[in-house]
Amino acid sequence: MKGHLGILRAVIGREFLRFVHQRERFIAALVRPLVWLLVFAAGFRAALGLSIIPPYQTYITYETYIVPGLCGMILLFNGMQSSLSLVYDREMGSMRLLLTSPFPRWWLLFSRLLGSTAISILQVYTFLAVAAAFGITMPPLGYLAALPALALAGLMLGALGLVLSSFIRQLENFAGVMNFVIFPMFFLSSALYPLWKMAESSELLHDICAVNPFTHAVELIRFALYLQLNLPALGWVSLSVVVLMGAAVWGYDPARGLMKRKT
Amino acid sequence: MTDGLRVEGLSFNYGAKKALDEVGFAVPAGRFCALLGPNGAGKSTLVSLLTRLLVAPGGDIHVAGQDMRRHPRRALAALGVVFQQSTLDLDLTVRQNLAYFAALHGLPRAQVPARIDAALDRLGMRERADEKARALNGGHRRRTELARALLHDPRVLLLDEPTVGLDVESRMAITAQVHDLARTDGLCVLWTTHLTDEVRDADQLLVLHRGRIIADGQTGEIRGETPLSDWFLSRTRAAA
Repeated sequence: MKGHLGILRAVIGREFLRFVHQRERFIAALVRPLVWLLVFAAGFRAALGLSIIPPYQTYITYETYIVPGLCGMILLFNGMQSSLSLVYDREMGSMRLLLTSPFPRWWLLFSRLLGSTAISILQVYTFLAVAAAFGITMPPLGYLAALPALALAGLMLGALGLVLSSFIRQLENFAGVMNFVIFPMFFLSSALYPLWKMAESSELLHDICAVNPFTHAVELIRFALYLQLNLPALGWVSLSVVVLMGAAVWGYDPARGLMKRKT
Repeated sequence: MTDGLRVEGLSFNYGAKKALDEVGFAVPAGRFCALLGPNGAGKSTLVSLLTRLLVAPGGDIHVAGQDMRRHPRRALAALGVVFQQSTLDLDLTVRQNLAYFAALHGLPRAQVPARIDAALDRLGMRERADEKARALNGGHRRRTELARALLHDPRVLLLDEPTVGLDVESRMAITAQVHDLARTDGLCVLWTTHLTDEVRDADQLLVLHRGRIIADGQTGEIRGETPLSDWFLSRTRAAA
């Protein structure tokens, strides 16, 4: 067990060191949600009327509404980014090194996932701090309560990235992933608008949103930020983590999957 | 033979394309074995199978007596690998790169600094320990990877075209260093290459062509009076 924890510590440590050296990437990842928050939301505020829905107890501004969704966006983009770096071979060398470790493969993949999630969470908190500086705040304890929700959501989206990297090799560029994964996941969710709003325009779209795991990730974060537990969301996200993690381990099974064409 | 590398009946297909066809060979401890093959011969596939990035449906691999199929973790623990493509983190220092690897292999933390120093000393890289990998030239990066591959005291060392992209001097230096490792440390070395000048007459030679081993023996005996490059060309052409 000692060796297992050693691997976890080393993989997370490596992610942190790399993160420290890649400040440009960090700032770029921060600019995206901030543009949404400070520009898009400002324009949208007038167009969209929000009623009082849980977990909120008063009327809220649109900016306040989309903060959890943008936290999810950071986790989503980072999860996809790490999968793309694998597809593009940039990180393939380090993956080879990782997978030739004599420890169980599922543990190696899980460690890597936890490492990249830790970095994503750091970015989310930086985003929340900047949002707070602009006056968009949550209950103080909510920031703490959101941590496990962010970790679970980050694991889910990171695992999705791993699965994609092992199964889909045809995606030629980031635009492909944007079109087929990130945009549908993000827009067909409760990140930008509450689901009841969606139901007003289309029942079908509402149903798609309601089964989208990203919706549940966002709701889990939203409720946690207001010190509430959304049990169905927790169930959905946990289930997704287990399924996606299983698929990732299967995809990286040496007898099939990614390495077959990559090597 | 429990210390070296043994491969039996190894076959592998990519869909309908046969990459390896009943490959079998043995390399004893203390031996430098060059695996020579033109591009596309199946070298990379063989390396992936030996490092368990791929698993073949049939055939056996034994690393220092450990069966890769039945005890993959024990077999991998006995194997040191230098991949063709660099696997260093360029933003990390030499020492950090090695420490990361030590953790991946579960080496006791208290031993790690001393082991890193020893491995770097062996390759003459100690004074570069705190430099970032990005600051090193190609030859020194390779040496760092070689030091890293030795960190966990493997019994078998596998190097996949380790001299690709290096200048002549670095190429000669690293070839000599690895020959020394086989001789002085009793390591079993498998060195894949398509460059005949890296192979010495005393080395074991395996020639892989179109997924099959077409020659296995001592280089000097195999080539006779013919220069190895000519011999190699004639054989790979004849077999084509």
